[in-house]
Amino acid sequence: MAANFAALRSKVELALAGRVAAPFNYRDRQEVVTVSSGIPEIDSLTGGLPRGALTEIFGPSCSGRTSLLLAALSARTAQEESCALIDGGDAFDPHSAEAAGVELRKLLWVRCRNVEQTLRATDLLLQGGGFGLIAVDLSDIAPRLVRHVPLDSWFRFRRAVEDTPTVLVLLEQESNAKSCASLGLRLEAGAAGWSQMPVEDAAGRIEDYSRLPWGWLLEGRSARGGVSRSRMQKGSAGYFRGGSAAEPRVASAGIFKTRIDWEFFSLPIAAKRK
Amino acid sequence: MKSGAILPDEAVHSKKNMAFAAIHVANFMVQAVLRAEDEVRADGELLEKTVALVDGTAPLIHVVAANEAAWRAGIQLGMAQTQAQLCGVEIRRRSRGLEKAAHAALLDLGWSMSPRVEDHAEDTILADLAGLSSLFGAEENIAREFARRAAELNLRVRVAVSANLEVAVHAARGFAGITVIPEGEEARYLSGLPVQTLAPSAEALETLERWGIRTCAALGALPMLELSERLGQEGVRLQELARGAHARSLVLAEPPEILEEEMELDDAVEDLEPLAFVLGRLLDQVCARLATRALSAAAIRVRFDLGDAFEKEEQVRGKNPVTVATAAAKTYEKVLNLPVPMRDSKMLLKLLRLQLQADPPPGAIVKITLRADPARPRSTQHGLFVPNSPDPEKLELTVARLAKLVGGANIGSPELTDTHRPGEFRMNKFFAQPNETRARGKAGKKFASGGEAVARRPATGCRIFRPRLAARVELREGRPAKIFFRGLYGRVVTASGPWRISGDWWREDAWQQEEWDLEIAFEGGGASVPVNVPVNVPGNMHAIGPVPDAKVCARAGLYCVYYDGACRSWFVRGTYD
Repeated sequence: MAANFAALRSKVELALAGRVAAPFNYRDRQEVVTVSSGIPEIDSLTGGLPRGALTEIFGPSCSGRTSLLLAALSARTAQEESCALIDGGDAFDPHSAEAAGVELRKLLWVRCRNVEQTLRATDLLLQGGGFGLIAVDLSDIAPRLVRHVPLDSWFRFRRAVEDTPTVLVLLEQESNAKSCASLGLRLEAGAAGWSQMPVEDAAGRIEDYSRLPWGWLLEGRSARGGVSRSRMQKGSAGYFRGGSAAEPRVASAGIFKTRIDWEFFSLPIAAKRK
Repeated sequence: MKSGAILPDEAVHSKKNMAFAAIHVANFMVQAVLRAEDEVRADGELLEKTVALVDGTAPLIHVVAANEAAWRAGIQLGMAQTQAQLCGVEIRRRSRGLEKAAHAALLDLGWSMSPRVEDHAEDTILADLAGLSSLFGAEENIAREFARRAAELNLRVRVAVSANLEVAVHAARGFAGITVIPEGEEARYLSGLPVQTLAPSAEALETLERWGIRTCAALGALPMLELSERLGQEGVRLQELARGAHARSLVLAEPPEILEEEMELDDAVEDLEPLAFVLGRLLDQVCARLATRALSAAAIRVRFDLGDAFEKEEQVRGKNPVTVATAAAKTYEKVLNLPVPMRDSKMLLKLLRLQLQADPPPGAIVKITLRADPARPRSTQHGLFVPNSPDPEKLELTVARLAKLVGGANIGSPELTDTHRPGEFRMNKFFAQPNETRARGKAGKKFASGGEAVARRPATGCRIFRPRLAARVELREGRPAKIFFRGLYGRVVTASGPWRISGDWWREDAWQQEEWDLEIAFEGGGASVPVNVPVNVPGNMHAIGPVPDAKVCARAGLYCVYYDGACRSWFVRGTYD
C-alpha cells in the first residue's frame, strides 16, 4: 500500500514537473503587508489595502468609489510609487484627481473602450510589474457585461499579483471577483453635504439668500463602507501586519465624508502645482 | 648623473612597448555579405560555405569575389554568372551597403580596445597597443582578444602585431591567424611574402616580375641605387617596405557620431513578419557595435527604401477621369525614441515591431537602413528602501503594447493645461519617474510623516461623461426642477448654481457655460431617497455637519449639469462619486 502510494506520488510529481515546483509541500501563507487607503475610516475598518492581492471595491453610482480610489492613488503617489489606472469607461477626471493630491506624472492612465480592452490592459500591466497600485475601473460598465467576465480572469489577476508589492484594486458596481478578492469593500452612498454661503450686504449685514440656488454650495458627501470579504481577518494576529494602517476590526461599517475644494479648482495652473 | 643612467633604460623600455596591431578582414567582400546571414553566425565557419559574389548590370554580371571553397570549386574572377552557377556554388550579389557596415564594424572593433585607431583601408585597420598590456597582458593575448571580439561581430580577422605600422599591415595581409613580429625581425618575417602584398603599381609589378623578383626577400636584396634609377621613388619605397624599414606615424580616425547598418533585400518584402528577421539581424549588429564602444542607443531610426510604388493619380482628360499609375521610388522612416538608453537587441526588436504594426510601411521594402543614436548607458543605484517603480525598459515595452491595444492617444500621464476651460488636459508620454527625495508637493505634505495620513477629509471624486451627455432640463423659477438624460427621468432634490464661467472669447471655440450642481432623485427609486436629504425648500435645508447615520440613497445622485450658451443646450458633465 505504502509502495503504491509512493509510486503514485512520484507519478503525480513527474506529471506536474516544470509547472508546479512541489505539489505535495504545504505552502505557507505569506505575511500580508497593507498600505493606507488614504482614508483613515476605511483603514480602521479594513486594515488598509493589501499588497500582492486583489481588493474589490463595489457599490452603486455616487457611493464614493472614485473618492476612495483617488485617496488611494494620492497616498501611493505621495510615497513616490508609480500607479496605473485602467479606465474601463474613460471617466477619470484629472482635475479632481489633482485636487485630491494625486501626482499625475506618476500615474499611467489607460483609457479603454470596453471590458475586453480593460482586461487585456490589466494583464499587460500586471506582467510588466513595478507599479505600486494598479486600479481597474469597471464602474461605468453595465453590471451584466462585467458579470460575463469569466472567473478565471479574476483568478489570473490574483495569481499574477501574488508575491508582488502591487496593490490591485477593482472598482465595480457589483461584486464579481468572489473568492479571488482578498478584500471586498462594499460602499453605499450617504447624504450630500450642502453649506449656506453667508453673504454680507454693503452695510455688513448678513443677508439670507437661502431661498436662492446660488446661496448654497455643494461641499461633499458622505459614504458608508462595509467589508464583504476579508482574508486578512481570518488569520491570527501575527498573520496580518498593517503597515501604516491600524489593526482591522470586524466591526461595523466605516462612514467617511468627502469634500470639494472649490478654491483649488479656481486657482490658476501654476498655483495648483505649488 | 644618476638620472642620466636611467633615461636610456626608460627609452628602451618605451620603445619596446611601442607596438601596433593590424587587423585585416580577408576576403572582405564575401565576409561583408555573409556577415549578416544566420548560417554563418550559427556555425562561425565562413569557409564551410561555397560562395561567389557577382556584380554588374545584366547581361554583364560577373564574379568579383569568392571564398576559398569557391575557388576550389573552379570559380574564377570575371567569370559570368551563368558559368559560375554551373560550378555549383551559391551566388550572392555584391552589396556596397554591407561592405560599408562591415567596415564600420571593423573600426568599432578597433575603438573597443584602443582609442588610437587608423582607418587604413576598407578591410584593414591599425590600432595602437600602447598601454593595453596592463589590461590584456602580452601582445599575443591582445591579438587573440581582437580576434575574439571580431568573431562577436561576425568577422573572421587576421591580426599582426609589430612595432612598424607597414610591417604589421603586410603581415596581416600575408599570414593567416595571429602573427606577432618581434622588433628587429621584420625583414625575416616578410621575406617569404609575395611582392604583391606590398601593393605595387601595375607597371612596377610588371617590371619586378620581368626581373624575376617575386618575394620581399628578393626585393630587399636589390641594390637601392640601381633600383631607384630603374623604378624611381616607388622602387625605393617598395624596398623599404620589403625590408620592414618604412617608418611613418599613425593617422588617427575619429569615431562617428551615429552607427548605421543597412541591408538590401533580394526580393521586395511586404509582410512585417519576415522583415522581423532582417531587423533582428541589423539590431544585433548595431547592439554589438554599441557594446564594443560601451554605449547604448538613445533612439533607433529605421529607413525603408520602398520598391516602385504605384501611385494612382486622377487626371481629368476631357470629361472622363483617367487613373494613371506613376512609379515613384519612396522612402519610409520610423524613429523609435527610447526613454532610457538601451542596448538589448531583443527588446528593441519588440518595440520596433510594435511601432511598425501600428503604422506599417505603405509598400514593399527593398532596402533597410538602421541607425542608432549613441548615448551613455543608464546607470542606476538600487536600494532596499526605494519605492516601487517599473523597470524603464520593460515599461516601454508594456506601454507600446498598451498603445497598440487602446491607441497611442489613449495612454499616458495626464497633465492639466493652463486654462479654466472645463475638462481640459493633455496626455504626456508616461515615464518611470526617478525616485526623488525632493521636497514633496501639495500631496506629499499630507503624508510627510512616514506615510501616516494626516487626518483630513478626502476629496470628492468626479467622474466625467465622455462624450458629454445631452440632457433635457425643465426649469421652475429659473432653477432646474426635472431632468431627463440617458433614458432616465429625475427630480431635482437640491440645486446649487448657476455658476457662470466663460473664456477664450477671442477664439472661435469660445466657451460660455452655466454650471449647476444637482442632487437628483430618479423615478422608481423614490422610496430610497432619504428623508434627511435636503430639498430646495428653505425650511428643509441643512448645513453640512457630522452625519450620525448616513442613509442609503441608491437611486439618488450628485451630478454636474451645465447649460452651454454657445449651442443653447443642456449637458451632463459628470457625477460626484
